[in-house]
Amino acid sequence: MCNHYKEKITTKILSNKTIADNVYEMQLTVPSIVKEARAGQFVNLYLKDESKLLPRPISICEVDIQTNILTLVYAVFGEGTRIISGYMAGSDIQIMGPFGNGYELTEGGTHLLVGGGVGTPPLVELAKRLSGEIIVVVGFKSETYLVEELKKYATVYVATDDGSTGFHGTVVDVLDAHNLRTGKVYACGPKPMLKALQNWVEESQLEAQLSLEERMGCGFGACVGCVVKVISDNEAGYDYKKVCVDGPVFNSKEVIFS
Amino acid sequence: MKLSVSIAGVEFKNPVFTGSGTFNSGREFVEFVDLSKIGAVVVKGVANKPWLGNPSPRIAETYGGMLNSVGLQNLGVDHFIKEDVPFLRRYDTKIVVNLAGKTIEEYCEVADKLRYADVDMLELNISCPNVKEGGVAFGVNAEMAALVTREVKACSKQPLLVKLSPNVTDIVSIAKAVEAAGADGLTMINTLIGMKIDVHKRKPVLANKMGGLSGPAIKPVGIRMVYQAAKEVGIPIIGLGGIMTGEDAIEYLMAGASAIAVGTANLVNPSATMEVLQGIIDYMNLYGVTDIKDLVGVIA
Ligand SMILES: Cc1cc2nc3c(=O)[nH]c(=O)nc-3n(C[C@H](O)[C@H](O)[C@H](O)COP(=O)(O)OP(=O)(O)OC[C@H]3O[C@@H](n4cnc5c(N)ncnc54)[C@H](O)[C@@H]3O)c2cc1C
Ligand SMILES: Cc1cc2nc3c(=O)[nH]c(=O)nc-3n(C[C@H](O)[C@H](O)[C@H](O)COP(=O)(O)O)c2cc1C
Ligand code: FES
Repeated sequence: MCNHYKEKITTKILSNKTIADNVYEMQLTVPSIVKEARAGQFVNLYLKDESKLLPRPISICEVDIQTNILTLVYAVFGEGTRIISGYMAGSDIQIMGPFGNGYELTEGGTHLLVGGGVGTPPLVELAKRLSGEIIVVVGFKSETYLVEELKKYATVYVATDDGSTGFHGTVVDVLDAHNLRTGKVYACGPKPMLKALQNWVEESQLEAQLSLEERMGCGFGACVGCVVKVISDNEAGYDYKKVCVDGPVFNSKEVIFS
Repeated sequence: MKLSVSIAGVEFKNPVFTGSGTFNSGREFVEFVDLSKIGAVVVKGVANKPWLGNPSPRIAETYGGMLNSVGLQNLGVDHFIKEDVPFLRRYDTKIVVNLAGKTIEEYCEVADKLRYADVDMLELNISCPNVKEGGVAFGVNAEMAALVTREVKACSKQPLLVKLSPNVTDIVSIAKAVEAAGADGLTMINTLIGMKIDVHKRKPVLANKMGGLSGPAIKPVGIRMVYQAAKEVGIPIIGLGGIMTGEDAIEYLMAGASAIAVGTANLVNPSATMEVLQGIIDYMNLYGVTDIKDLVGVIA
């Protein structure tokens, strides 16, 4: 096969360790992905067990151009991620990417990064690449992670559902409590959080980029399986866009949450 | 070694096609494969006007396969002719257009517009719901399958393949009826209707509840149906359903298919078509097969 064609890469896992309850950090050396990667893009991880064919899309948490190391942070959600969490350092894994559009970056000004749970990882590379004043608001159920990494680049506010760390409440509660109605908004997190944030940015008259999740068949635009409803000027008033190639990052104004 | 196959007067450089709906119109794959090395690109279903498709989630993983309920989202035939035909023509491959419709008139509108387009062959997807018959698929019985085949054949310029639905009790009677109605070839199989329930949420995984099962899990069904149909019809068959490797493809050829298509495998490995082609070549080398035709239907 010709070398200039993109393909699945088999690479060695450098480390795969737990960083919080049910949350893992995996590091891999993948020069081609590290070189191309933008903040907010994702990679596909493939399982060795061929009874589970479909890719597990995971956001790029951080890339290091010097060492070619890609860092992913993922939660054990179902069977596939449970199996991946058991892969040992030194063993091989198949990966492909980077995929998706990533966040649009603007120079200078104030940037408000909002994350919830495993929506936090992509904010690390994003915070690293932005310039200007960077404020991060992240929410967790209980245990927190990646907060120290984010503090290297930003002022960080933490919220937890149980109040064990930081603010007792949601990220939107933090935004209101500290009156953080300023700057460009970048978000990633569970649907209920994004929905609440969509209302909040509209009220606050701010521009927001939301990173969405959907079940994927391919990750590169071929199956039209991963769609999100968006506002359209056609007869129906809506259309479907692909999360994997038109997103995962969308303008908050166009997304219709069902 | 002779890999080329001739179907209804169209010469394909090799027997590896793409499964409709798993390759779009090829654009997403140019980073991964040289489209000129594929026998034919069978494009995603094209309707007379844009279809929005079904709500999300549209995809569910199942053991050795997947369910999809994309609902034939497509931008319509005018867009296809303007954007996709010129794009595909830049490559040395044949273009097969999969036709989607909710009525015979809609299918014919697409076929009619394609008369003047530079495409090589049509593939009629009779798994679409027939709105005039309360939404049951055209392909579920021999009479309806024959009727839609006859009408669409009459309004088509290019040779017409008919893609059969496996969700039937007697595939042979449908294959024979479609042949008698004028089909130039058969494509089999489409997806098997399936369902998956999330027991923790107590609801179906797909927003549409049911979807089409594809992937390696369905291969034995595809092999069986191609085998049964090939015994009873004279027209060529394009075999598909769960092909992941060259050996899977050889299995379809031996069951009686003249060519094969790679579907779901493209989604999980975008260079799957090339790996399947190489696998076929390796097999032929291993057993000294000089013409791919010599493998077709060798199982008695
Ligand atoms: C663009 C994108 C980026 C993501 N980034 C991260 C990340 O950085 N960290 C992280 O922990 N999780 C992330 N996710 C969610 C992650 O992909 C799912 O948690 C994971 O696929 C679940 O797999 P499973 O086998 O454990 O679950 P199962 O439920 O067993 O999986 C069954 C099928 O459903 C799919 N699926 C299940 N849940 C989701 C979901 N929420 N989104 C998409 N597909 C799903 C699986 O991929 C698989 O095909 C991301 C999802 C998307 C779409
Ligand atoms: C996401 C997806 C979309 C599909 N869309 C179409 C379509 O538009 N028209 C059609 O005739 N078949 C469609 N099919 C069926 C495939 O072409 C093929 O017949 C079926 O998936 C079995 O082959 P496989 O197991 O190799 O995928 C689709 C299948 C999948 C997985
Ligand atoms: S996952 Fe296949 S198109 Fe997005």
